Amino acid sequence: MSEMERHAYDVVVIGAGGSGLRAAIEAHEQGAKTAIVCKSLLGKAHTVMAEGGIAAAMGNVWEQDNWQVHFRDTMRGGKMLNHWRMAQLHAQEAPQRVYELETWGALFDRTKEGKISQRDFGGHRYARLAHVGDRTGLEMIRTLQQRAVSLGIDVFMECTITELLKDGDRISGAFGYWRESGRFICFEAPSVILATGGIGKSFQITSNSWEYTGDGHAMAMRAGATLVNMEFVQFHPTGMVWPPSVKGILITESVRGEGGVLRNSEGKRFMFDYISEYFKHETADSEEEADRWYDDHVNNRRPPELLPRDEVARAINAEIKAGRGSPHGGVFLDVASRRSAEDIKRRLPSMYHQFKELADVDITAEPMEVAPTCHYVMGGVEVDPDSAQSLVPGLYAAGEVAGGMHGSNRLGGNSLSDLLVFGKRAGEYAASYAQGLTDRPKVDDGQVSGAGREALAAFEVEDGENPYTLHQDLQKTMQSLAGIIRRGEDLQEALETLPSYKERLDRLTVEGNRQYNPGWHLALDLKNMVLVSECLAKAALERTESRGGHTREDFPGPDEGWGKKNIVCRVAGDGVDIATQPLPEMPDDLKALFEE
Amino acid sequence: MASYQAKFQVWRGDASGGAFTDYDVEVNEGEVVLDIIHRIQATQAGDLAVRWNCKAGKCGSCSAEVNGKPRLTCMTRMSTFSQEETINVSPIRAFPIIKDLVTDVSFNYEMAKKVQAFTPPEGLQPGEYRMQQVDVERSQEFRKCIECFLCQNVCHVIRDHEENKQHFAGPRFLMQAAELEMHPLDTADRRQVAEEELGLGFCNITKCCTEVCPENIHITDNALIPLKERVIDTKYDPLSFLWRKFKAPDAKRR
Repeated sequence: MSEMERHAYDVVVIGAGGSGLRAAIEAHEQGAKTAIVCKSLLGKAHTVMAEGGIAAAMGNVWEQDNWQVHFRDTMRGGKMLNHWRMAQLHAQEAPQRVYELETWGALFDRTKEGKISQRDFGGHRYARLAHVGDRTGLEMIRTLQQRAVSLGIDVFMECTITELLKDGDRISGAFGYWRESGRFICFEAPSVILATGGIGKSFQITSNSWEYTGDGHAMAMRAGATLVNMEFVQFHPTGMVWPPSVKGILITESVRGEGGVLRNSEGKRFMFDYISEYFKHETADSEEEADRWYDDHVNNRRPPELLPRDEVARAINAEIKAGRGSPHGGVFLDVASRRSAEDIKRRLPSMYHQFKELADVDITAEPMEVAPTCHYVMGGVEVDPDSAQSLVPGLYAAGEVAGGMHGSNRLGGNSLSDLLVFGKRAGEYAASYAQGLTDRPKVDDGQVSGAGREALAAFEVEDGENPYTLHQDLQKTMQSLAGIIRRGEDLQEALETLPSYKERLDRLTVEGNRQYNPGWHLALDLKNMVLVSECLAKAALERTESRGGHTREDFPGPDEGWGKKNIVCRVAGDGVDIATQPLPEMPDDLKALFEE
Repeated sequence: MASYQAKFQVWRGDASGGAFTDYDVEVNEGEVVLDIIHRIQATQAGDLAVRWNCKAGKCGSCSAEVNGKPRLTCMTRMSTFSQEETINVSPIRAFPIIKDLVTDVSFNYEMAKKVQAFTPPEGLQPGEYRMQQVDVERSQEFRKCIECFLCQNVCHVIRDHEENKQHFAGPRFLMQAAELEMHPLDTADRRQVAEEELGLGFCNITKCCTEVCPENIHITDNALIPLKERVIDTKYDPLSFLWRKFKAPDAKRR
């Protein structure tokens, strides 16, 4: 044990996406000795893939925009299941967080007045997304990365944390391994901030990076924290399913905004069959009216292809399950027959270029095959809204790994502002907590050696199970039984299957040695994926209604009773217990914003 | 086009040495090299080391040399090879090997520390920044960089001369200096750092970095050559340098 590499910090941030970097910057600037630990190289986190923009009510394009409208849009988008305080802080602080990025070198697109440009996005009343073309996530990551580097913050790249350490009830540090060498590393720290992103790699079709294996969710639970809203998963309606080289890549709503329509295997433009009562008055009821809308928004209603994401995803899924899908399990998104090649290249240059380059797919010549694609998890670690601290003292969570901010559905653009607002708060409060301690928690060597033994278990198993095979089985189970459209029987079946995967976890075997061994890395990640999948399936079975990112075929509408409750998950034995808890009461002045 | 069995040769080894290993592996329609590497991992070599993240040409993790050409493996379509062809995949050559296709790119993160941060005008508050789109576009081109380090890999100043790594940061970081030099609100003079710390003089404008850039950034023509020109201005025209100093707020508007 004395030979293990050890480091002592005030704050250790796990994950170097937008929220992790922002948390580390804040903790450092507050005088805390701070480290960043990330599974991949610096600047490679999933945030680089975000395209649309950062939602912030700066009022640069619509001066009537303000935090109150952003707050209301967010709560409505989340179908009122959001933690109101998180939504309030987010709306109030997002503009300042965006302006800070400018002071650190971010170069946003500009308005004519020289201000940061903002664009429209579904669910936002005003054009509110600060953006840089369609690569806002890259701009944000690079800006924060360069800021962290210039401050001299320590970064441990390609280092995976497998377990949190505790001294009594408090966090005392974190245990992990260097991916390059396989050697163990131990961090002694009273504050740990989880910024580990989402859970998408438990699904077959996902836009998520390999890093999104639910590490933070699972480690938090094992440390005694709770997860909230785990049943709410956002499926982007149009992710590519074919060819394999672009499977999981999202096709932006702008393709449908520029004339793209959805067709089933019979060539039928099926979205007209799925306009729910709630949207009927604002949606065209014929192809003729829908097509006229592109040229005349005032006198025509919008095409049903532009309904909110969850409506479109549901419709696509229904067509696929009814046997009217495309050859590779999706439906067709057709812009080729609707616009000239020149028009498509001019209006959708990056989409055209991306698919031509990655897949030799010419979207001006042929329809794309698309299907609902796992994109974002609204649920996550339950945190105090102001400090981002979990139920475990010293354990903080920010970004996609945290729950509560988005309720049952996330508005586009809100995820990037969430990273900045709550990354800063987590960093600030984690630093204060560490600096305020009169006695620092101590790392227990027994916990460290236990974590080490567990990490090496797969090397001891002979003739065991291939981790890649177990991962594929898990993905298939979650995609087909707990995907976009859920049913009680399917969820029950998932919950009956997951225990067998838990058993298989103990039989995983890896070949080779510890040095940069992806099979071993996957074997370790699978434990987290299985635990998180159980949370999702249990919560989804329990919530007998449909709302936002949770759609039950057997309970198709929202239920008033469920509209007042969140589901929380905690570890119980080697399984998961769930419970309901009431939504926190919103103050009257905020309630008044919803009387319109 | 249906599935077929392809012959892959993947370099396997570590810092102490290695060799190409042959794999027969299924290729399906529409796949890229990275898909095949993943299939080899899942079915034949669980410990085959490769970096990747987004699989969408956006994170720049999966750089390798495919048939000797530096590429992102997620953007190298199998349809560009014939079915009879043996595909050779090896690590990028400019950096030390860690294992298999994974190299030690820490040189780049050390060089990143030498680039001075964006330095806005003193007293300009957040939210007060005003810039025109036409003025930010030059630097925005460079900020498309996904740090795949392919340009660093092919730059022969780095690739062929290990000793140069102490003095030359490579095209990626010189471009970052140029980006800041051209930032409408940056007040720091980047030229001395570019020459003395980042080794601008070593660049002899062969343009191999531009040719390999997956984001199609015009690294040489739009960043490195203009930066060289500005350095020359400083050294050989002291009067115009003094004039620019005197007119500090507009010093960079050209």
